Amino acid sequence: MRSGASTVARLVVERDLRLAFRKPSQLLQPLLFFMIVATLFPLTLTPELSRLRDAAPGVLWIGALLSSVLALEFLFRDDAQDGTLEQFALSGQSLTWMLFAKTCTHWLLSGLPLALSAPVAALALGVPATALGSMVASLALGSFALSLLGAISAGLTLGARRGGVLLSLLTLPLSVPVLVFGADATQRAIAGAAIAPPMYMLGAIAVLGVTLAPLAAAAAVRIGLE
Amino acid sequence: MNWTWFHRLGSPPHVYGFAERWAPWFGGAAALAIVVALYGGLILAPADYQQKDAFRMVYVHAPSAWLSLMAYSTMAVAAAVGLIWRMKVAHSAAAACAPIGAWFTVAALGTGMLWGKPMWGTYWVWDPRLTSELLLLFLYIGYMGLRAAIEDPQKADKASAVFAIVGVVNVPIIKFSVNWWNSLHQEATVMRMGKPTMNGDMLWPLMLMFLGFTLYFATVVLIRLRAELLRRERSASWVREAVA
Repeated sequence: MRSGASTVARLVVERDLRLAFRKPSQLLQPLLFFMIVATLFPLTLTPELSRLRDAAPGVLWIGALLSSVLALEFLFRDDAQDGTLEQFALSGQSLTWMLFAKTCTHWLLSGLPLALSAPVAALALGVPATALGSMVASLALGSFALSLLGAISAGLTLGARRGGVLLSLLTLPLSVPVLVFGADATQRAIAGAAIAPPMYMLGAIAVLGVTLAPLAAAAAVRIGLE
Repeated sequence: MNWTWFHRLGSPPHVYGFAERWAPWFGGAAALAIVVALYGGLILAPADYQQKDAFRMVYVHAPSAWLSLMAYSTMAVAAAVGLIWRMKVAHSAAAACAPIGAWFTVAALGTGMLWGKPMWGTYWVWDPRLTSELLLLFLYIGYMGLRAAIEDPQKADKASAVFAIVGVVNVPIIKFSVNWWNSLHQEATVMRMGKPTMNGDMLWPLMLMFLGFTLYFATVVLIRLRAELLRRERSASWVREAVA
């Protein structure tokens, strides 16, 4: 029997949220990683806030990107190992739609908290308080695009023996556009300029990701399950 | 319309025979074109009035850069054909394209760096073209890494095919974003590359070189394809007959 797509999506989101909150340490690890990366930059570059401010967009976005790639490990791997993904594929429901729901939940649990906690790191890097709102918005949108893009590589590496390094090798070059527009938006926010142009670009990438990435991710997961 | 030629492409022994017959012809034509073009480019063509003899690097650099993209597109098309029509030979062809494409990318970057040192005074600048070429190399490496990491050859074929297609969708976006990124850092205008209006003496060897490199690419792909087919079909009876 085929139930409505929205019911399926709701069930998947509820299940993933419940599972995630039972293992809170898994939620905190990528955030902690992001904070540590942001701390390492002043130690290696300079403690001067005025110079750190110039590097801040890059530091924040590379930190966010690495942390998001790290969190991708949790997207499919557990469910692939215990056979949940197989049941998804056999359920007769649209796998594309279910994976899209999973990816959105993953973003709610990794990308969004990261964007919301980024102001702490940003203030420590000398980013003016006026730029924080725009920065959070760009990180939230950009990390959504990164989650969608990452779902494809996470699906592709399911069949690989040790997926970890390979996962980042596949994801990082593909995420260059998000990184460029995201860092540009943050840079503009710090300079007090209009952030609309790069934000439109990030939005366009996110829309393209919503349209195509779940299809590719579903194809990738099916290959991994064969 | 008669489609037997297309269906025959799905048959490993047929493609193996085709590759065996044609590789020497492509190779010969490639050697001829490259030798003539080298003579034309290195000896007949006059030195550039600004870049002197250093401009001759273009005869290797430009065809390599062109083929680095060509090989990736060929690979993605072969991968798509393999996914859509479930043709194992197409997957083998995609696998054959990747290493040579990656080497063309390395050659384009390497010759670019050698040319950049006397011309720009530095081996590397973060020029949009250089940067996107470097990212292309990373995509090739990712593709080959994915292929190598999955043990089951059929899974590896399909997974890497999806990655190749995702990459093809992404390459223009990467290109665009890198151009956007560089327009922010306009301080480095010294390095701007002027578009040379080439005269005929310089141009024909370059055109011939493009042809020669493309033929060379075809030759290498055919040879690699043969090896790939032999490896995959090693238990099939036609292989025993072909190798005997």
